[in-house]
Amino acid sequence: MTLTADQQVATATHCPYCALQCGMTVSGTTIAPREFPTNGGGLCQKGWTSGALLTSPARLATPLVRVDGELVPASWDDALDLVARRLTEIQARHGKDAAAMFGGGGLTNEKSYLLGKFARVALGTSQVDYNGRFCMSSAAAAGNKAFGLDRGLPFPLTDLAGADAVLLVGANPAETMPPFMQHLRPVSEVGGLVVVDPRRTPTAEQGNLHLAPAPGTDLALALGILHAVVADGYLESSYLDERTRGFEAVWRIVARWWPERVERVTGVPAADQRRVAERLAKARNAYILTARGAEQHASGSDTVSAWINLALALGLPGRAGSGYGCLTGQGNGQGGREHGQKADQLPGYRKIDDPAAREYVAKVWGVPASSLPGPGRSAYELLDALGTETGPKALMVFGSNVVVSAPRSAHVAERLSALDFLVVADLVLSETAALADVVLPVTQWAEESGTMTNLEGRILLRQRAIDPPAGVRTDLQVLNGLASRLGQPAHRFPVDAEAVFTELREASRGGLADYSGITYDRLRAGEALYWPVPREDHDGTPRVFLDRFAHPDGLARFVPVDHRGPAEPTDDEFPLQLTTGRVLQHYQSGAQTRLVAELNEAVPEAYVEVHPDTAARFGVSEGDWANLRSRRGEMTARVRCVPSMRTDLVFLPFHFAGAQRANLLTNPALDPTSRMPEFKVCAVALEAA
Amino acid sequence: MSPRKIVVLGYGMAGARLADEIRRRDPDGTGIALTVIGAEPHHAYNRVLLSAVIGGTMQPDLVRLHDPGWADEHHVDLRTGVAATDIDRDRRVVTLDDGSEVDYDALVIALGSKPWLPPVEDLTGEDGLPAPGVVTFRTLEDCERILAVAKAGAPVAVLGGGLLGLEAARGLAGNGNLVTVVHPAGHVMERQLDPGAGRVLARILGTHGIDFRLNASAARYLPGGGLKLDDGSKVAADLVVVSAGVRAETELARRAGLTVDRGIVVDDTLRTSDGRISAIGDCAQHPDAVSGLVEPAWQQAAILADLLTGTRVSARYKGTRVVTKLKARGVDLTALGDPHTDVHDPDAEVLSLTDPTGGRYTKLVIREDRVTGAILLGAPDAAATITQLYDRGLPVPADRLAVLLGRALPSGVPAAAGPADLPASAVVCRCNSVTKGRLVEAFRAGATEVAELASATRATTGCGSCRDTVSGIADWLATTS
Repeated sequence: MTLTADQQVATATHCPYCALQCGMTVSGTTIAPREFPTNGGGLCQKGWTSGALLTSPARLATPLVRVDGELVPASWDDALDLVARRLTEIQARHGKDAAAMFGGGGLTNEKSYLLGKFARVALGTSQVDYNGRFCMSSAAAAGNKAFGLDRGLPFPLTDLAGADAVLLVGANPAETMPPFMQHLRPVSEVGGLVVVDPRRTPTAEQGNLHLAPAPGTDLALALGILHAVVADGYLESSYLDERTRGFEAVWRIVARWWPERVERVTGVPAADQRRVAERLAKARNAYILTARGAEQHASGSDTVSAWINLALALGLPGRAGSGYGCLTGQGNGQGGREHGQKADQLPGYRKIDDPAAREYVAKVWGVPASSLPGPGRSAYELLDALGTETGPKALMVFGSNVVVSAPRSAHVAERLSALDFLVVADLVLSETAALADVVLPVTQWAEESGTMTNLEGRILLRQRAIDPPAGVRTDLQVLNGLASRLGQPAHRFPVDAEAVFTELREASRGGLADYSGITYDRLRAGEALYWPVPREDHDGTPRVFLDRFAHPDGLARFVPVDHRGPAEPTDDEFPLQLTTGRVLQHYQSGAQTRLVAELNEAVPEAYVEVHPDTAARFGVSEGDWANLRSRRGEMTARVRCVPSMRTDLVFLPFHFAGAQRANLLTNPALDPTSRMPEFKVCAVALEAA
Repeated sequence: MSPRKIVVLGYGMAGARLADEIRRRDPDGTGIALTVIGAEPHHAYNRVLLSAVIGGTMQPDLVRLHDPGWADEHHVDLRTGVAATDIDRDRRVVTLDDGSEVDYDALVIALGSKPWLPPVEDLTGEDGLPAPGVVTFRTLEDCERILAVAKAGAPVAVLGGGLLGLEAARGLAGNGNLVTVVHPAGHVMERQLDPGAGRVLARILGTHGIDFRLNASAARYLPGGGLKLDDGSKVAADLVVVSAGVRAETELARRAGLTVDRGIVVDDTLRTSDGRISAIGDCAQHPDAVSGLVEPAWQQAAILADLLTGTRVSARYKGTRVVTKLKARGVDLTALGDPHTDVHDPDAEVLSLTDPTGGRYTKLVIREDRVTGAILLGAPDAAATITQLYDRGLPVPADRLAVLLGRALPSGVPAAAGPADLPASAVVCRCNSVTKGRLVEAFRAGATEVAELASATRATTGCGSCRDTVSGIADWLATTS
């Protein structure tokens, strides 16, 4: 690619990866860190090397169409004509819901919005969901129950530095969003950083106290600490009276979980539970933050509710300088769940089964409300139904690599191959794209404009910094091209990001996630806008719950939840527990980061962390390849002996493809509320390869 | 079809739990009509938390197990303040002390236990109840009585140095009472502890102001004065708290002709000698259950609910692994399995550490690579780990000492490893995978300041936590090159 002179000018933008959205500048393909409140001028290795993807030889530059089993280059017109024709045929034969869409938490707000609109209006299908279901959905469900609103961090990240205690639950930001750790340093310097994780992660190493519950027992741990708060006289009674409802029902359950009993279930000493209760209660300012470790369970939303209950009992949420928050993972994991690419949602974080919401959004879209479909299947249920008698026969995937990232991935691959028609839009030939009938090459972050909503609920503008390679189109152009071919007026699916955003503002007006007062001009001017921003003369809402929570009566809700434990217990055949997670050098399914040489050299292959005794017990040793088996499949990984591991636990990162996919093993047992699969614990066997 | 009538006698830890478990499986009462009879006048409460009530940190209303509306909400015919006086097994009818009768298809006895009052002169009145100034430690009323008399500074004698007696003693000492524990054995908690552990425990409790009279029995209660012991000495006390053990409540069962030994004898289905009558909790006697603990009672409640509701007819109670934890502020004690094995026992691997000054005593008994017994005093994290190994039947890690010491184990890495000692392959900046070797190279290529090293290698540019180390390496290189 050749760069014109004006492209060498540094463009201020944000990192293409996680929800921290570190500030960076792009000059050509050179990346430099930029001062921004979330990253304080820091970047991790992923961010530093993100420019490599812009010139990657693996980049797709022409649509591909499967002919006689082979993917061969095709023109855009031919590819789009084919997609439109096949979708029309399949819907004509099997009904509207025979066509499905699958989105991603890395897509911009504009794409998420237009994707949901495309599904409901252009396809008229209810079958649309996204991979955020695998990330933040449990925290979202629990946040909505407790506070009536789900904004990951309902306060600016920089507030954390003023706390004297922070409890991090199932979060490993030292690897997943390294510059985040700067905000915790003042907390650890005063001895107040407590990390809850079954593994001694790099984050746990930096904590002042590490609590290591057995996998799948975090909920019980939350009950034990809450019990200690009450038993040791730390309950914030006046806050409970003035700002909450429902403590009594919670206490009836918590009363049965005294710390000694919780110790027996979790392996966390009762003394440590009491220490944490005391530390949080005596702090002037304290935060409880949860992440995937708490959330990715079949009881994930209850687990998050249990931690929120603890935060409420201590009077933290809605108080300046204190609170509860969820660390959103994917780049636009927050915005991605607000604008209608979820099976049960319409833009503005509206519910699709709410008649008033349907009426309002239909009016913005210029269609009758009765034409909007109802709620559809959630992500895993959608994938599981593909190609079945009652399930979708055609699927379009945007910004997701489900063959690697979904649970029970061999089964997911099988479902994809049972489809009549699969379309994947991606920058590279991901493992999922390789299975498609049509692959559409699309632009990536620095090549297009759009907004992202970071983990704090702050809306960021990522401006186009360089020209995309010839032959690729934006997702917005793809949706526009398909919509026209499906008989939609072209203006209904704009190709200009700012035009889409203008429509999104209108669609979100009056909703929980109200963007109506945000404009590209305000963002270009550098305004720090946190939603809701209901008017153009409104300054945004950095701290959401200071005066009231979002339930009609303004009060937060305690939600009574009890410990259930892992969905799949170990037994003689599968005697070890497996937990999965991330490494610093890779992002999600690794489709992007595995293509960056520097990252791939650092961590080139799947590995399994195992206690040296456990390795010996199962006949494997450091550096060997091992086979891991579960009821759903098997995979291989290289053995790493880690003395700090529990002897009944192994750990796998999930970023690798083919036979090294951790998700070949994981359990698709779903949370009843959030429909989150149980990624974080299942039963496995380990043996030499 | 009309629902099956199940009557539960007893509304304590076991009976209340059974009712919860039944209603979890049959929420609307379509399968089972449930009647619960409780002798105490109020709602069931959590006996485990009474030591926190004594300690003054827990308000009595917080120990209730159920809300006032619980029975109505869950379709339970709850009758409190009445006790069963007779069981007519032929007619399948229970008679209550208010004269009424309740008939049943299945009956569950969950009447618990009653405190045992040792034979001490004048300790009881003519009615057999504790004399004024003497209180047992069993019920919420007992706690209220204790708190009413035991004002700060008042001397209190605790009769019995078992688990509950020590918890009461610690709570009272915490409230400012001058506590003396009178115990007939040579060391406290002799059921769970060996003499070495007992001695260290008494020493720790001594630092909290508790005195011990061991190998001593009370001979006589002196109202208003305290206790006279069998060696003739006296223990001054405004209040005597009796915690000398409990006896299973078996009277009703015995009269009904059920097989009774120490408790009501039950099998793995928790049935008594009458197939329509079950017993759970402290009043029941199962060969593999230990009484006086809540865990077996709750496990039994879940299993019995499976059986009574037909949810899982294969459910069987096979005993409970016993883990005892003392709930006493400032004392961490866990005892599990059978720790009464000599360290030189040739058939077992026994590790032990005694540190009376540091308030620590740990003992680990291992057979066939599995934990079979342990005492862990002053080692909370090791206790939590060993309990998990014991409960899950996991092999004990090869590094036994690390298991026994937990966090007390000195780390294998020298804490003050300087830049010179780090291997070249050591990753200094995790965020950017920068090794010490890479930093040395960059330094030699001219990047001698931290900022220059940062731009050359990206070290320190992620989370920034390696800044001190990088600066140390730069200083070291500057002084050595």
